[in-house]
Amino acid sequence: MCLAIPARVMELLPDEMARVSLDGVSVIASLSLVEDVRVDDYVVLHVGYALAKIDEEEAKETLALLRRSADVGAET
Amino acid sequence: MKRIDPLGSRLDLRHGCVDLSHGAGGRAMSRLIADIFHASFDNEWLQAGNDQSAFNVDGGRMVMTTDGYVVSPLFFPGGDIGCLAVHGTINDIAMAGAKPLYMSASFILEEGFPLGDLRRIAKSMGDASRAANVPIITGDTKVVERGKGDGVFISTACVGLAPAHIELSGNMARAGDAVLLSGSIGDHGVAIMSRRENLSFETEILSDTAALHDLVARMMEVAGPSIRLMRDPTRGGLAATLNEIAQQSQVGVRIEESAIPVKPQVAAACELLGLDPLFVANEGKLVAIVAPDIAQELLAVMRSHPLGRDSARIGTVIDDDHRFVQMATAFGGSRIVDWLSGEQLPRIC
Amino acid sequence: MKHVDEYRDGELAFGIARRIAAEARDDRSYRFMEFCGGHTHAISRYGIEDLLPHNIRMIHGPGCPVCVLPIGRIDAAIELATRSEVTLCVYGDLMRVPASNGSNLLMAKAAGADIRMIYSTLDAIRIAEHEPHRQVIFFAIGFETTTPPTAMAVRLAQKRALTNFSIFCNHVITPPAIQKILESGEPGAVEIDGFIGPAHVSTIIGTKPYSRFASDFHKSIVIAGFEPLDVLQAILMLIRQVNEGRAEVENQYIRAVSSEGNRKALAEIEDIFEMRESFEWRGLGEIPFSALRLRERYAEFDAERHFSIVTKQALDNPACECGAILRGVKHPRDCKLFGVGCTPERPLGACMVSSEGSCAAYWAYGRFRSSPKPSGRRAAE
Repeated sequence: MCLAIPARVMELLPDEMARVSLDGVSVIASLSLVEDVRVDDYVVLHVGYALAKIDEEEAKETLALLRRSADVGAET
Repeated sequence: MKRIDPLGSRLDLRHGCVDLSHGAGGRAMSRLIADIFHASFDNEWLQAGNDQSAFNVDGGRMVMTTDGYVVSPLFFPGGDIGCLAVHGTINDIAMAGAKPLYMSASFILEEGFPLGDLRRIAKSMGDASRAANVPIITGDTKVVERGKGDGVFISTACVGLAPAHIELSGNMARAGDAVLLSGSIGDHGVAIMSRRENLSFETEILSDTAALHDLVARMMEVAGPSIRLMRDPTRGGLAATLNEIAQQSQVGVRIEESAIPVKPQVAAACELLGLDPLFVANEGKLVAIVAPDIAQELLAVMRSHPLGRDSARIGTVIDDDHRFVQMATAFGGSRIVDWLSGEQLPRIC
Repeated sequence: MKHVDEYRDGELAFGIARRIAAEARDDRSYRFMEFCGGHTHAISRYGIEDLLPHNIRMIHGPGCPVCVLPIGRIDAAIELATRSEVTLCVYGDLMRVPASNGSNLLMAKAAGADIRMIYSTLDAIRIAEHEPHRQVIFFAIGFETTTPPTAMAVRLAQKRALTNFSIFCNHVITPPAIQKILESGEPGAVEIDGFIGPAHVSTIIGTKPYSRFASDFHKSIVIAGFEPLDVLQAILMLIRQVNEGRAEVENQYIRAVSSEGNRKALAEIEDIFEMRESFEWRGLGEIPFSALRLRERYAEFDAERHFSIVTKQALDNPACECGAILRGVKHPRDCKLFGVGCTPERPLGACMVSSEGSCAAYWAYGRFRSSPKPSGRRAAE
């Protein structure tokens, strides 16, 4: 379960709400389940709520790891 | 002496609403028809004021279609039920490779429907009909009680002239044929859903509603005898259309996911709503199954037409006893693209 | 789409698949269960199994809240919805789940029940506010990912002093279900070497709750993101664990999952919900301490208390193999009803209804295996 999608925070709104956007499509979502979220942060969005903030550093590390797994494989 | 208008006072288009008298066949109905429909569709046939209209045909094989329009909301980004009705009906004729000639339009109006909105819809139909050069030459109007109709339902018919010596039909696809698509999928359905679901777009997604007969005429000129069939992927989306073709022609279809054009915002909206663009309705696109040797040339012709700029070859017809529509994912993996089971429902899971 | 497209790169996928093929030992097979229905869906949508060598088998787990919701609970929801003052708000996934007597929420809606499909509990709250004369009930389902949004709805209802809003709570918990599978030891059960742990459940609960499956049951676990590259990477990590004899909890989804999870969300859940002593799961039977209900102090928002809902036990079609399939013991093709009485068009069991269910996934993905494969590359070759 849990179709959740990473969306970018475009604008903070009152009542712990925010406008978040995925590729130019925006919805209003609740930030009441996360802390310390700023404009331009990415959050994981599920049924109208942000569940977690996406850590950019960890994301970079993940992509680097994926590339390493893929590249090294070609040499074997 | 001042001449009294036999149809009574003019309609109050700003505040007036449809009421039962507008369907009763009397003066009020004539007023409605004159002020709204005749004014918008203006042509010599309607001016004659008969219940039917006559026209000459150059002889040859005729094509006829009928359609019903119940879309909600009635007004959506990029169009409305009116122009949708004109485009959709024309497209049904065009998919046979035929030239649409004349249309009819019949309206079922709900008591209480604002006349201003009706006028807007009629004007939109008139504009679409003129732009397409397919006059609406006859029609009908009925009114039902409040609660018994969703504002307005439009039912249409259209006649056209079939291409000489060429028969396009759903059962003509054969293994090896190329599958061509005239542009991006999902635009119309997402435009509708966005209105319903309060999504907002930086650049608004517009319905792709359009009359395709001119594009088709161009295609027929270049490749008529090599086109097996054409179909517009409306309800049920591209998936439904390809499955229909597979069943009718008793073949399989193999398409490449990476070849199917989807606008980024449409893809994003689908992700947010939990929808798959393959199952989302389109109103201004066509699928053409053609002989493989003509595919490249035909694509070039399509791309040079404003309604075919993003045309692409998306796959190939294959032999398949199962009649599956298979899609190769970007990973070289495969999945079946099935008929939708009923309406696509957004998912959270 | 940032943080999405990068993880769907076909070239990288082939590279990782080649790596998997290189590191998977020839002399054994590997059986991994992806617990979460979202992973089942991703695997089938991207055709990931086509990229794996033949000796790696993915078993679809029961992490599909639609699939494990007992029929009796849907019957109860339908009954509620038919009451004239009730507006039942549901997620789209539930509309076609088969209940008793071949009915479902979609048909109940067609017959006149006020059932509304919503995307978010925020919509349900909005409806309750705009329609104070309606009794708005939110049909809450889902694992720990979806529970916090329900909790926040209760919070909001409390804050705004709504008197016409309640929850029909069917939230379930992930670790007890994993335990049930590991303990079942039934004949025909396939020995599972490891699990792909759920992505977004884990953003909430963190990685700690899975430790006991590694330590007590000696299973390898990798928490994976939802995108196809995440899944492939997780499979590679599982292969390595198994080859090296390790049974650990590893986190592939580091960009969104921490070991403690989302403390704010967990605190809200803790305050608003309590464990039920036992709960029936469709296909898995009764599992103790595996589901939630509203605490006494939030009783006014509990539809079960408010409307005196009685859940009758309802049985699946006796030939339906959803249970065995959910436990990973049988395969959809082992079910006599598959494709015969039970199709996505007319599903008899939940595994066919939900796009994440094993049967729906097999229908879309596996049915045509006998047909010639498309020209795409296959990693092991």
